[in-house]
Amino acid sequence: MTRTYRVTVTRKPGLSDPEGATTSKALNDLGFDQVESVSFGRTLTIDIEAPSDEEARAQLEAMCGMLLANPVIEDHTIESVP
Amino acid sequence: MTVAVVVFPGTNCEHDIVHALHLAGADAELVWHTETDLTGASGIVLPGGFAHGDYLRTGAIARFSPVMDSVGQLASNGLPTIGICNGFQILCEAGLLPGALVANRDLKFICKPVHVRVESTDSVLTRGAKVGQVLEIPLNSYEGNYIARDIDAIETEGDVILRYSTADGKVDASASPNGSMNSIAGITNHARNIAGLMPHPERACEPILGSSDGMVLIEGFVASLSAVPA
Repeated sequence: MTRTYRVTVTRKPGLSDPEGATTSKALNDLGFDQVESVSFGRTLTIDIEAPSDEEARAQLEAMCGMLLANPVIEDHTIESVP
Repeated sequence: MTVAVVVFPGTNCEHDIVHALHLAGADAELVWHTETDLTGASGIVLPGGFAHGDYLRTGAIARFSPVMDSVGQLASNGLPTIGICNGFQILCEAGLLPGALVANRDLKFICKPVHVRVESTDSVLTRGAKVGQVLEIPLNSYEGNYIARDIDAIETEGDVILRYSTADGKVDASASPNGSMNSIAGITNHARNIAGLMPHPERACEPILGSSDGMVLIEGFVASLSAVPA
């Protein structure tokens, strides 16, 4: 069956994230003083044909390791989309 | 003895580097990214541009171009290999150099001459230069901000070959145009045969271009080229 997942790729904590830092400062400047940090990332919504959730996630992990994320600087999470 | 200058869809500095290599006395030819065997090349250049549109991440798609298996194999065996700008990003994505290049600190595309200070002459790019020498070379990038989690190891190993500096060679954050960690503009691998840099030495290779400071790097690379017959 076709299953849908949302893959989120974000910069590893502690590494420079210029988009996040700039957005965080802009929010502070607009008066949102409670904002402490913003982290940028990208989301990919992926439809995949797989017999089970486990199989789909194994495939997505492999995709993240090879292409979708750069393991040197990025983390990723995989969520099922109902 | 021919240098293979790899051309991906979106590469746009290939003719400049071929011209610069000719000026330095080397033969060079363009190689389309679908080639699968570069055996016989005296060296490899991954030039600047926007390979595969830089979609997903800079260099992320390019590292899977068919030619990259051969690039990885030959470079890992010691063939002199350099990446300029987008080529540097591709070498990092391919794991041939440590770290990664991300968006500039100020989120602006930077296109201007910058100064870089030579930190080490132990690389195929800098072997002809002098430590402390300051070069004026154009920078032309949005993702030129070098980051690495193992930055301490990179420094300890002496892998940094170029840092952004002032015209008189001072290195501090204000002299770094893009926010790179430790003002890093170029690095080499432990074996010293692979090097990458964000500025474009091929755009500073003769006086008519406003600077010929990049020539010492091009000549260093040419002096490093393997004597394997083409």
